[in-house]
Amino acid sequence: MDDTGTVVAFWMLAVITVGSALGTAAVRNLIHAVVFLVISFTGVAGLYITLSADFLAVTQVLIYVGAISILVLFAIMLTPRGDRGNQEGFLRLPAVLLSGLLAATMIFVALDTDWNISDRAGFEDTATDIGEALLDKFVLPFEIASVLLLVAMLGAIVLVRPEGAVEEE
Amino acid sequence: MSVDLEHYLVVGSILFAVGLYMALAKRNFVGVLMGIELMFNAVNLTFVAFSRFVESPNPLDGHVFVVFVITVAAAEAATALAIAMLLYRVRGTIEVDEINLLKW
Repeated sequence: MDDTGTVVAFWMLAVITVGSALGTAAVRNLIHAVVFLVISFTGVAGLYITLSADFLAVTQVLIYVGAISILVLFAIMLTPRGDRGNQEGFLRLPAVLLSGLLAATMIFVALDTDWNISDRAGFEDTATDIGEALLDKFVLPFEIASVLLLVAMLGAIVLVRPEGAVEEE
Repeated sequence: MSVDLEHYLVVGSILFAVGLYMALAKRNFVGVLMGIELMFNAVNLTFVAFSRFVESPNPLDGHVFVVFVITVAAAEAATALAIAMLLYRVRGTIEVDEINLLKW
């Protein structure tokens, strides 16, 4: 990927994504952290587009930017005002050390390994092929995923149902 | 100057490290969840980058895997946020430092 547009887009999106991820960790207000998280998710969607993954970019915007961030906001709104800080607990120093070491190791491995790079061009159209793969080669995981979503939905409803909601009706 | 696989892997590594830091260090349960979502995103980005650049007979399998990861992440988020709400109802707080019921 040598053309100038892709390079500029990659660097801008990478800076936005990583910068707002750091912002999510750094800001003290949980609502602001969610805003930074949304920007970071959108940046990842843009990076998918530079990788010619059009279907996944749209899915990322729909599910992460649209649904999961709203879900997180709901969880913040439904818990009390006092619990909206974004402070670190007593594990702060070990967490900094561990994640720093892990990042250093992963970056070293990523740069040092001789990946089996292919020289093919980007995908033309991924949605058709992903759909065919889901209903052909991966049909069993696809069905299991639908059952998993159903179970998660039922579980969430049952967990947050008020005590004795059935008896009241 | 060009953009290669390594660039995406480095971005994914940094995202994963930030997510891990949040999941370990944040006091608020919702903050921990946001860290986990960041880690999911980092892994998905790595999958898509490998799918684009590495030699493979079925290059789109990485995309299919990411679709499944997103599905499981959505299920995880719904259940975990339900647990957060239940935690607040039962214990009156969602600070993970205060949830020490199993502490000996």
